Amino acid sequence: MEISLDLLLSAIMAGILLGGFYAAVTVGVSISFGMLDIVNIAHPAFIILGSYAAYILNASFGLDPILAAFLMLPVFYALGAAIYQIYHLVFERRGDEALRGLAFFFGLLFITEVALVLVFGVDYRFVNAAYVGITLHYGPIDLPLRMLVPFAISILLMIGLQLFLSCSFIGRAIQAVSQDRLALQLMAANPTKIKRIAFAISIATAALAGAFLIIIQPVEPSIGRDYIGRVFAICVLGGLGSFPGLVAAALLLGVVESVTSTFYGPSWAPAVAFGFLLLTLALRPAGLMGR
Amino acid sequence: MWSKAHSTMRTSLLASLIAIATSLFAVAASAAEPIKIGFGMALTGGLAGNGKAALIAMQIWADEVNAKGGLLGRPVQLVYYDDQTNPATVPGIYTKLLDVDKVDLVMSGYGTNLQAPAMPIVMAHGMTFIGLFGLAVNDQFHYDRFFQMQPNGPNAKLSLAQGFFEAAMTAKPTPKTVAIVGADAEFPKVATEGARELAKKLGLKIVYDRSYPPATVDFAPVVRAIQAAGPDLVFLASYPPDSAGMIRAVNEVGLKATVFGGGLIGLQFASLKQQLGPLLNGIVYYDLYVPAPTLNFPGIAAFLAKYQPKAVAAGADALGFYLPPFAYAGMQILGGAVEATKSLDQKKIAEYIHHTTFKTVVGEIKFGPDGEWVEPRILFVQYRGITGHDLEQFKKVGTQVVVYPAQYKSGDLEAPFSEIKH
Repeated sequence: MEISLDLLLSAIMAGILLGGFYAAVTVGVSISFGMLDIVNIAHPAFIILGSYAAYILNASFGLDPILAAFLMLPVFYALGAAIYQIYHLVFERRGDEALRGLAFFFGLLFITEVALVLVFGVDYRFVNAAYVGITLHYGPIDLPLRMLVPFAISILLMIGLQLFLSCSFIGRAIQAVSQDRLALQLMAANPTKIKRIAFAISIATAALAGAFLIIIQPVEPSIGRDYIGRVFAICVLGGLGSFPGLVAAALLLGVVESVTSTFYGPSWAPAVAFGFLLLTLALRPAGLMGR
Repeated sequence: MWSKAHSTMRTSLLASLIAIATSLFAVAASAAEPIKIGFGMALTGGLAGNGKAALIAMQIWADEVNAKGGLLGRPVQLVYYDDQTNPATVPGIYTKLLDVDKVDLVMSGYGTNLQAPAMPIVMAHGMTFIGLFGLAVNDQFHYDRFFQMQPNGPNAKLSLAQGFFEAAMTAKPTPKTVAIVGADAEFPKVATEGARELAKKLGLKIVYDRSYPPATVDFAPVVRAIQAAGPDLVFLASYPPDSAGMIRAVNEVGLKATVFGGGLIGLQFASLKQQLGPLLNGIVYYDLYVPAPTLNFPGIAAFLAKYQPKAVAAGADALGFYLPPFAYAGMQILGGAVEATKSLDQKKIAEYIHHTTFKTVVGEIKFGPDGEWVEPRILFVQYRGITGHDLEQFKKVGTQVVVYPAQYKSGDLEAPFSEIKH
């Protein structure tokens, strides 16, 4: 296909917007896996849970789905704290986190999915929001608000989390526990408590990511499985524990997928995107901005 | 001597009484033993919306039959397992149904992907197998005991696209180019193959011909690439989430085409109709039943009146226009064949079905040699005049206009798509 500048610009812009969404979906895993070494394979299921939470508040009270997600942040935070506590007591404390901990999260993934099926049924769910259906046109570039609004809030979320990690005591403690747990303990900080807070934050981000997802596409309980590979790939590509790396990786992956999809066919998009991941890791094993 | 004779007689009498009692009990037990009908069904996963709806329809049939005394004087019992919309589960499910559960009859699950893997197992057991909506499932097997409820006709590959192209070619000016796009999955692959054949037959130039992975999130790049190719017609074959994604992208990008539509699965369901609302206007899609005056078959209204409240309670498709009537009709056919042949002999049942025209809630059905309908009845319908997101408007005549085939047509095609208000 002929590469026209207009089409290229549109594809890049679409990829950037998509990348913003990918960043929101991945940030929770970046915290749990990248910083805490917890392979929370159930994270996409919590994102779907976030989607359904936004759906309930939107359908019942007419609340904007993103506003609904902000209201649900404390609930998801509490859920994340509870899950970590169980994980720590049963697996981490006994040194069983490697395989049995992974099995625990697999189980959590399926339990969450089946619970959603039992409560909500299997039909696709959508939300209504004032900005869904509106597209801004700037020359050859189209900016559907359905993608632009999640992108903008996702970037704000990344900035907010980075500031929290860099500038707050708890944030620096989270970074410290990911680097050297024993040293943190010697600084009279409780690593378990810090990890619990960090994991709770990672699950809280799923509430927002879920709201973004249900704005962008219809959701049914099993759809989270489509994202497992993507989120871990972006997390690794960006560099474990690096938020700027995560954003760069998500945007890059989004752009690569979008440009490939436009000019070479959508079937090639995942292959090229993951090929890009492999190439990056071959040249830079720590990821784009990993330590 | 008398006591010995008396004792022998008493023993014989007791043994006879026990034998009679045992045989009576056996007769009673076999009379009450249910006729088990087994199947896998998508109760979770991507196709579960339709799977659950089909199950409700089948349960309605079973309840009705049991209320009238069952089949062959025996109650029917549905034995089913969730195939999770995962083809890999299907062989195991049907092996269990036939070898462990010892079901008497089988039906298929919903969808091409979930029927094809069952074929080797049902063929090995010699079972009559009624398929619930699959495309060209029997084209390679040529199994003489397979029957398909989706009204594809003898050439299943072409039937999903035939009506779209026949309707689209009535647009003025006559279309010259076509874009073909579909998901990387069994049904869309077969449907787009048919579209390609028809496009070549009609002398249409194919200016875009690509597929996309089912897990695609953003369809805007796909639609922009299609737009850049400038086709008159756009034929899409998709599953529900991609149908919604493509329709949104088409409206956001502002696709300029004469006719847009094709084999979009999902547009038949209440949830997508309700959500997409006016975005559907102008789309020409395939359907199997809509509330049009030309499709008022005996029994359909009564079936839908029973189905719709149950579906709402179960969180399944609230309208039930797509798979449910055909799932119910499939059970009518299976049950009718059992009653007519007075047996559970699979060969007799299959032969009876082959030689019979059945009167069902979706009209008369006659099957051809490969189990497909002798006459295809894939309707092509254009959405018109949809305003807002109220579901009730879809129950009324006028919002879904049948533009193909001529036998059931209720209106002419409106074009171009790009000028219809969305």
